[in-house]
Amino acid sequence: MGTKLITLSVNGRRHEIVAPPNATLLQALRDLGCTDVKNGCGKGDCGACAVLLNGRAVNSCLVLAWQAEGAEIVTNAGLGTLDQPHPLQTAFADAGAAQCGYCTPGMIVSAKALLDDNPTPSVQEIREAISGNLCRCTGYTKIVEAIQACEAEPHKER
Amino acid sequence: MLPSFELLMPETLPEALEMLAGYAPDAMPLAGGTNLVPDLRGGKRRPGVLVNVHGLDALQYIGRQDRYVVMGAGVSLADVLESELIGAHGRVLQEAARVFANPLIRNRATVGGNLGNASPAADTVPPLLVLDAELKLASAGESRWVGLEDFFVDVCDTICRHVELITAVRWLVPPPRTFSRFRKLTLRKSTAISVVSVAVRVTLGESGRCVDAAVALGAVAPTPIRVHEAEEVLRGEALTPEVIDRATRFACTAASCIGDVRSSAAYRERVTDVLTRRLLAEAQEWSEEQWERS
Ligand SMILES: Cc1cc2nc3c(=O)[nH]c(=O)nc-3n(C[C@H](O)[C@H](O)[C@H](O)COP(=O)(O)OP(=O)(O)OC[C@H]3O[C@@H](n4cnc5c(N)ncnc54)[C@H](O)[C@@H]3O)c2cc1C
Ligand code: FES
Ligand code: FES
Repeated sequence: MGTKLITLSVNGRRHEIVAPPNATLLQALRDLGCTDVKNGCGKGDCGACAVLLNGRAVNSCLVLAWQAEGAEIVTNAGLGTLDQPHPLQTAFADAGAAQCGYCTPGMIVSAKALLDDNPTPSVQEIREAISGNLCRCTGYTKIVEAIQACEAEPHKER
Repeated sequence: MLPSFELLMPETLPEALEMLAGYAPDAMPLAGGTNLVPDLRGGKRRPGVLVNVHGLDALQYIGRQDRYVVMGAGVSLADVLESELIGAHGRVLQEAARVFANPLIRNRATVGGNLGNASPAADTVPPLLVLDAELKLASAGESRWVGLEDFFVDVCDTICRHVELITAVRWLVPPPRTFSRFRKLTLRKSTAISVVSVAVRVTLGESGRCVDAAVALGAVAPTPIRVHEAEEVLRGEALTPEVIDRATRFACTAASCIGDVRSSAAYRERVTDVLTRRLLAEAQEWSEEQWERS
């Protein structure tokens, strides 16, 4: 089982990694230290592993690392930092949209993909956009409120 | 960790077909991986070699060719949902894309993978069946078009040979005054496999009668099915409650429902009746609107 040298651009930084054919993008990202990308179910059901792959939100547990060769990947941590959080991250904190926090990075990635496409979504559109992300804690109400609140503010994009 | 396998990364379609031929029968195509990766993890599939076809340019188009709408097998469900051409000439397929899984899965899942996986509940199939779609199966140096109705053999079994790849899907642009819709019943609103799915196409003639019709069902038999008996009932008739009732009963007879984790057999039969009846009733309302407009 031959490994291969592949290039991934993660949150704007280029990485060269050696990956076996059966490594998922999720594993590769976590091995790179991107532990904001969560390993939940490993089979596409929960969305905790969601990342932007060339601008599209996908489950990184279903992508093989080799399939992402050369791709631009953005994770939740790439959207903002503690000092300079992304408006979505601020809104999640302010609304109390994170409890245990396990679903939060994936939720924010799905919300980011939505707002990139549709800056003023309806509640229905927000619910649809995060329908691939499971949350066991919040009951979703505050997550939807956070995304709505963010949408109401003028966008300060990075 | 996934079990080990060899992964081949062709850059062109001909290269991919050569690789499939070279490693048959131990090689399988890998597209979006939304079926295959969980199946590998769960041990349901154990191929020695995977040939990546995701992202191959030759499989990545949606367009009009003469009287056909043609799309590459690598088109994602998100692409289907966003396509104006499919909205105009394959609304039934777009409706299936709208309720397919969730946005994360739709960004990866391909039409070719949905067909190749051959689940009885595959949501693109009833729509493509009522559109009379054809699939292009290509192997190194050869290709053939086959009718979708002849493609499925059994649960997870198709006529696609180990050396072949589905490369394209096409259907004739439906005539004006065609109604086509899809409905599925699921245990929750998103990320859910169909308990039953139904697709209906009805084309009206000058008189307001139905000149052509197609009805297809998913998740009620080992493969998705067309219900030709119901179509016979509809053809040449106005969509009266009596005609709808007779057609619906044929749909229920054609279904050979089994019970599983999602539903009992009896509930599936009931839902087949309800969904078919509803879609035909919608077709009837639509046909009245068409009539008033003209
Ligand atoms: C959470 C979740 C929700 C889902 N919801 C739905 C749903 O609502 N409706 C639904 O129908 N499905 C659903 N699925 C199943 C799956 O997403 C679809 O069947 C999808 O279309 C598979 O496409 P893929 O590109 O990911 O295929 P892959 O997983 O890459 O491949 C699937 C199979 O098809 C074969 N294959 C791939 N491409 C080709 C080709 N070009 N020619 C021949 N064979 C090929 C592969 O060898 C494999 O056997 C869901 C899956 C998950 C994980
Ligand atoms: S870990 Fe990827 S969807 Fe659950
Ligand atoms: S905050 Fe705990 S899973 Fe969502």
